[in-house]
Amino acid sequence: MSTTAEPGVAEPAATGVHERFTALAERQIELGEVRGAAAADPVNLPMIRHWTAAMGDANPVYTDAAFAGASVHGEIVAPPAMAQVWTMPGLGGGKGGTSPVDELMVALDEDGFTGVVATNCEQTYHRYARLGERLVPATRMTGLAGPKTTALGVGYFVTWLVTWYSEDEPVAEMMFRVLKFRPREEKAAPEERTRYPLRPAVNRDTAFFWEGVQEGELRIQKCGDCGELRHPPGPVCPSCRSANRVYAVASGLGEVYSFVVHHNPPVPGIETPFVVAVIALPEGIRVVGNVVECSPEKVGIGMPVRVEYREMDDELTLPMWVPRES
Amino acid sequence: MRTLTEDDIECGTVLPPLHIELTPTTVISTALATMDFTPVHHDTERAQAQSSKDIFLNILTTMGLVERYVTDWAGPEALIRGINVRLGVPAYAGDTLTLSGTVISREDGEVTVQVRGAVSLGDHATGTVRFCLPC
Repeated sequence: MSTTAEPGVAEPAATGVHERFTALAERQIELGEVRGAAAADPVNLPMIRHWTAAMGDANPVYTDAAFAGASVHGEIVAPPAMAQVWTMPGLGGGKGGTSPVDELMVALDEDGFTGVVATNCEQTYHRYARLGERLVPATRMTGLAGPKTTALGVGYFVTWLVTWYSEDEPVAEMMFRVLKFRPREEKAAPEERTRYPLRPAVNRDTAFFWEGVQEGELRIQKCGDCGELRHPPGPVCPSCRSANRVYAVASGLGEVYSFVVHHNPPVPGIETPFVVAVIALPEGIRVVGNVVECSPEKVGIGMPVRVEYREMDDELTLPMWVPRES
Repeated sequence: MRTLTEDDIECGTVLPPLHIELTPTTVISTALATMDFTPVHHDTERAQAQSSKDIFLNILTTMGLVERYVTDWAGPEALIRGINVRLGVPAYAGDTLTLSGTVISREDGEVTVQVRGAVSLGDHATGTVRFCLPC
C-alpha cells in the first residue's frame, strides 16, 4: 500500500482481503487466454435480421443478398457490433463454460462488493464475420485496480479482454471493464411521515398533559389548593371543589393494574392484537395507555413498566408503556 | 443508398442527430435480439426491485445503436473498425436516446467520430467510432 495521500484511493476494508484479491487476480492474469464454449449457432441470417430490426439498422449489407453481393463485402456479413451476441449464453445459460474472471467476481461478491456496473466497452473489429462462421470466445483477465472511492461506493475495477476466433483467426476483440463496488448504506430519506389516524381530544383542560408528552414529561394534574393529584384532568378538584389547577411531573414508572387485549374490531393505525392497560403510578393515580414491546400473552397484572414517548407522526407524540426490570 | 467518400468528410464535420424513443418494446426487443435475458432488461418489477427506475438498455444494444448511428450517416459500405464506449447513466424505458457526433480525425484512410448518446439523466454513452471508407 502506498503511504502517500493519493486522492480517490481508499483503504481496503481489511488488508488481508485486498491481498487475497490481488493474489487471485495475479493468478488469473497468469492463466492467460482461456477458450470458452463455441457459439451455439454459426453466424446466421435469422439472428442478424432480428438484431437489425430491433436496432432499426437498415444497412443492406447485413440482410440483402443482392446488395451485399455487389458491395465491398461480396456477400452478406454480420454487423460488427454483433460479435458478442454470437457467444451469449442465452436463456438458461447454455453450456456455461467458466472464464478466468468468474473466481475473482465471486470473491468480490463474498466480501460485500456486490454492486456491479460496467464502465467501459471497447471493441475492435479485425474483419466482418460471414454467414456460417462459428465463433469461439477466449477470455483473458487483464487487470484489477482498487480499492477506489467512487460515487457508487468503494470498489475495484476489473478488466478483461475477449477475443472471438473463427478457426484460429481473430475476428473481433473486446476490452470490458466493470466496477465491483460495496453499495453505500441507503441514507434514511427525510420523507414525510403519514399522519397517524388516531388523535387525542385536546382541550383547555387537557392541553398541559399533551404539551408535557411533547416535552417528554408525564404531567399529572394537581389541585392548586389541596394538592391532590387527579387523572384524567378535569376542571374541578373532586376533593375540595377548587378550580385552581397545577400539575406535577410523574416519575414515569408504574405497574400494570389491569389490562385487555384488543383483537377486534380493527383499529386504524394499530395492528391487532394490542394491549390497553390501566397503569398504576407510584404517585397514587392510574392512567390508561398501550403496553408495547411485549407480546400480549406476556403482559400480566403487576408487571413493572415505564413510560416511553413515541413520535407517531410529525406532530403527535403518545406516551406508551414498555416492560422494565422490577 | 450511398457511402460517403473522402470528399464528404473532414475534421469537424457534424453528424445529423438521431433520436431514438426508448419504448419498452425497444428496450426488450433489442435485449432479446442481443441474446441478453437478464431480467433488468425486460422485467419492470425485477428492475425496480434492484433500485432501478424501470427496465433499461443493455450494453450490447448501446454498442449496436452507436454503430448504426455512424453507418446510417456514413453509408452501408463504411467499414467499422472499432467502437470505444464509456458508459454513463442508465437509458431507461420511457426516455429518449439522442445520439450526436462529430468527426475528430481522418488519418490514413481511417475516420474517427466522437459520439455522445444522451438521455434525460445525462450521458448514457460517450466515446468514439473508427471506420474506413471502401477503397
